[in-house]
Amino acid sequence: MNDLSAAFAAAAGLLAGGDPAVLGIIGLSLRVSLSAVVIAALVGLPLGALLAVARFPGRGALIVTLNALMGLPPVVCGLLVYLLLSRSGPLGSLGLLFTPGAMIAAQAVLIAPILAALTRQVLESYWEEYAEQLRSFGAGPWRAIPTLLWDGRFALLTVLLAGFGRASAEVGAVMIVGGNIEGFTRVMTTAIALETSKGDLPLALALGMVLMAIVLGVNAAAQTLRGAATRWAG
Amino acid sequence: MHRRFLAAALVALLSLPALAQERSITIASTTSTEQSGLFGHLLPIFTRETGIAVRVVALGTGQALDVGRRGDADLVFVHDRPAEERFVAEGAGGPRLHVMFNDFVLIGPAADPAGIAGQRDTAEALRRIAAARAPFVSRGDRSGTHAAELRLWQQAGVDPVAGRGAWYREVGQGMGPALNTAAAQGAYILADRGTWLAFRNRQDLRIVVEGDARLFNQYGVMLVNPQRHLHVKVAEAQRFIDWIVAPAGQAAIAGYQINGEQLFFPNATVPEPVS
Repeated sequence: MNDLSAAFAAAAGLLAGGDPAVLGIIGLSLRVSLSAVVIAALVGLPLGALLAVARFPGRGALIVTLNALMGLPPVVCGLLVYLLLSRSGPLGSLGLLFTPGAMIAAQAVLIAPILAALTRQVLESYWEEYAEQLRSFGAGPWRAIPTLLWDGRFALLTVLLAGFGRASAEVGAVMIVGGNIEGFTRVMTTAIALETSKGDLPLALALGMVLMAIVLGVNAAAQTLRGAATRWAG
Repeated sequence: MHRRFLAAALVALLSLPALAQERSITIASTTSTEQSGLFGHLLPIFTRETGIAVRVVALGTGQALDVGRRGDADLVFVHDRPAEERFVAEGAGGPRLHVMFNDFVLIGPAADPAGIAGQRDTAEALRRIAAARAPFVSRGDRSGTHAAELRLWQQAGVDPVAGRGAWYREVGQGMGPALNTAAAQGAYILADRGTWLAFRNRQDLRIVVEGDARLFNQYGVMLVNPQRHLHVKVAEAQRFIDWIVAPAGQAAIAGYQINGEQLFFPNATVPEPVS
């Protein structure tokens, strides 16, 4: 009980105090996870849309695989990216291991399947609705993909937020490929893990509350944007 | 064409922060040096004197040496002498230099079910823990502290693995999480003094055995073999090694205290036997 109230007080202090180290960690968390969402979206959204409209052999297997990969454990994803980016690995010459770039790559690998699977789910229902109409304009599946992505943009915002939530909440992958280096690759979740291992549980919980506040802020911003855009479009 | 541009842009985006930093080295080290706050004290001094930024990846000694073997760090700074000597013998790096020492302490609950508080003989203390089947938390993670603990059991003539799943509990985690577990379970545990002093969630844990010569804990530093890994930043990393074993670095180590207690004792001047 005492620890919990201490955590609330510490969280308020962290948010109000503007400690540059904490702000740096918050900034890096946002940069890494938002970059990962952008990269994963570049792959995941078109792939999901393709799966929604196209029919080809192996499509069912691909969908099942993507659905299964939504449950990829972050630590396994981190290990995979570690072995790829290690100096002794195939992409070692890039020198990305233990940098924010490696963390972005790991999170992008982690959430790309989530974005692809959820996009397919969302756009399939749009496609059922619009298929006739789009075909009557002479649009084949390929031409339909950008139209569908555009029409589904508000629903897809939720998909992107799901990806962002997963990315900003995971610790296993960024810990392995980033190394939790102070002032360089330390993000909110690895800082929480570190303070827990130092036995400073109130500070760890306070950082967790700050992380939740940030995620809440991003979601609120997205909601506001969506509301404004809907009004403008309507 | 278009695709190649995209790929180039992606690589640029990912490596942007790596290019922004000009001179830096990566050290694979142990959780004890980082979590005790030593690096937080030491590295700003080094960076101020040399302009070289230092990035520390804190792992168990076994894992830190593996990071060095893979070429993912420029130097390793760890505390398990037999494992370090294997690292050098394999040609993964070296030469190995003494930097500093501190000691391990045996921690236990206030209730002291094995009745060993104040004992100076670690081997006898461990025998009593085993005889009492009192809970003992082991790191179980190939760290320097884990290796030291296994050597101590061997010297005590006890095979703790027989108590696995009962009183001997291997958590496979770093010093801090292992201490958290010991605190929650009222268990005995071997810890390095630095991490213990900086540890906050002690509950009723306290030092029960200390001051035995067998609890000596030596730290060493080694350059990762630049012939095997061409990207190793030899000049900058060697600069760090030269600094840490020279009077300036040694004085900085001696100057680090928590609550007036010195955590690490510089001993780089003790000559290393030629290997």
